[in-house]
Amino acid sequence: MNYRGPQRVRVSQKPMPEIKHPEDAIVRVTRSCICGSDLHLYNGNVPDTRVGTTFGHEFIGIVEEIGPEVHKLKVGDHVIVPFNISCGKCHFCRQGLYGNCHESNPQATAVGGIFGYSHTAGGFDGGQAEFVRVPYANVGPTVIPPGMDPDDAVLLTDVVPTGYQAAEMGGIQPGDTVVVFGAGPVGIMAARCSWLFGAGRVIVIDQYEYRLEFVRNYAPCEAYNFREMDDPVVFIKKATDWMGADVVIDAVGAEAAGSPLQTITGRKTLIQAGSATALHWAINSVKKGGIVSIVGVYGPTDNLVPIGNVVNKGLTLRANQASVKRLLPRLIEHVQNGVLNPKAMITHRVPLEDAADAYRIFSDKLDNCIKPVLIPPSARI
Amino acid sequence: MENPVKDPTADLAQKTDLAQKYAHIKGWGIDADPKNDPTYPIKHRTDAEQTGYSWERPTQQPVDTEILRSIERPNISAVFGTSSPPSGLSGAIRRYAFKYSESEYGHWLPLILADRVNAVEGIIDDIKQGHIPNIFAERGWKAQWQHNPKGLARKVLIGAAAALTVYMLVTRNDNDDDD
Ligand SMILES: NC(=O)c1ccc[n+]([C@@H]2O[C@H](COP(=O)([O-])OP(=O)(O)OC[C@H]3O[C@@H](n4cnc5c(N)ncnc54)[C@H](O)[C@@H]3O)[C@@H](O)[C@H]2O)c1
Ligand SMILES: [Zn+2]
Ligand SMILES: [Zn+2]
Repeated sequence: MNYRGPQRVRVSQKPMPEIKHPEDAIVRVTRSCICGSDLHLYNGNVPDTRVGTTFGHEFIGIVEEIGPEVHKLKVGDHVIVPFNISCGKCHFCRQGLYGNCHESNPQATAVGGIFGYSHTAGGFDGGQAEFVRVPYANVGPTVIPPGMDPDDAVLLTDVVPTGYQAAEMGGIQPGDTVVVFGAGPVGIMAARCSWLFGAGRVIVIDQYEYRLEFVRNYAPCEAYNFREMDDPVVFIKKATDWMGADVVIDAVGAEAAGSPLQTITGRKTLIQAGSATALHWAINSVKKGGIVSIVGVYGPTDNLVPIGNVVNKGLTLRANQASVKRLLPRLIEHVQNGVLNPKAMITHRVPLEDAADAYRIFSDKLDNCIKPVLIPPSARI
Repeated sequence: MENPVKDPTADLAQKTDLAQKYAHIKGWGIDADPKNDPTYPIKHRTDAEQTGYSWERPTQQPVDTEILRSIERPNISAVFGTSSPPSGLSGAIRRYAFKYSESEYGHWLPLILADRVNAVEGIIDDIKQGHIPNIFAERGWKAQWQHNPKGLARKVLIGAAAALTVYMLVTRNDNDDDD
């Protein structure tokens, strides 16, 4: 997959990736996904997204070659590769902040290295390809447990940990009312995982009926369409006895719809770093003293959010890129025990060669798409 | 992620040291409650929080391509991606952007500009290599035609209307000039 400019991608031959560091591995991809985060790149909203780079931070694959210092993996292992690139040694990795590594991205200090996520996230080519260079192969990659479906495994690279961490950061107390903005894969998983932390009520807000219908059954939870509301904040106030929700999760990020002002300034003209509609609603619909958990991704400049209300309401904001490695052991257990069933979210299996069409389908939410998976030719036989 | 301070007495000694260091500040630390940490379990305290940039760094990946480094860090991270090094006009704009910190518009706005210039450079490169990019295919119009023909038609119409407007404005100006 080869990025050519806003909303233009194609598949073309690129040189085989090489070992550049003693802890590198080369992985032959067996599955890769397109993520809501890729849409920020696809739409040209992430600064320093260079033409010719390959996207893809959600992939699994077979170890093809290892560098001299790789001892935790061997050639032939089928591995889950967390989307964050983490060294395991720096101050942040040692605190479990594997999504905030300080040794994987020279171009920016605010974000750790991420596969296929622009030069602002390290300039690494990603996994929407046949082969990928995987740095720090002793740290992130985890062998897929025997018997696990590759479609479940590929969702453990990002969607499952991100949804889980969204709920975890919500600090949910037993019985809490949790509102999730966004019924994409991340929001769906956040709603599902909110129950694991003891939520008493889970409400999801989106604009697509088919996604609301899915999450209603899958989480299971209440789900409402903001296109049918005069004002989503008032709707949530009413639904929570005029108090606001205990915890609100932003699982939308920079492509948010629902406010023309935010859309024009955040998505069309890039005056702000993405449209902050969902975050705005989150801050205004949470209870005083409540917690807003943000996993929706925004750009690095500024966004229009009612920060004054954060102060006046005494809110706690918690946010991060998911720390995939920290959460993997627990989440693998959940999948193995049937607590979580990630692959049910996969609606489209597309040959890698048709990446441009898959991007269009996922970006425009065509054909009731929830999660598309790209399958390279070598994994189809 | 294991706690690097393994010896609890060392931990205690460190705290006593601190208490002595701040002894001149009345009330220093009297209500400290390390358990009150809203960052847990997102972030584990390691009791090494104040040790700074002191970890044993991983082996440095050889820097054999041009890497633009954030001025908010002293070095190039131990590993980095080598995809698409800066080149051409967009590369020059990117180099300029990296004179500014991540806190400056002077950093991000030129980078967005460079991205747009880069897309044009990409088309020129394609043509130079004798490849006319199939922009329709790249934009996934086949999928759109299949699943949302109305949306595609609207896009085409809006595009055509915009092109027509521009054309009319340009030709009208031409007439004005003639007058
Ligand atoms: N923090 C992390 O580690 C991490 C990891 C993965 C994804 N993400 C981010 O999570 C977000 C969601 O990802 P996804 O893959 O589910 O994307 P997606 O595009 O499939 O889903 C986003 C959903 O939000 C809905 N939406 C738009 N505006 C809304 C609004 N104002 N209120 C409520 N819903 C609204 C859309 O209709 C869509 O269904 C993205 O911003 C992505 O970048 C973060
Ligand atoms: Zn993702
Ligand atoms: Zn690290």
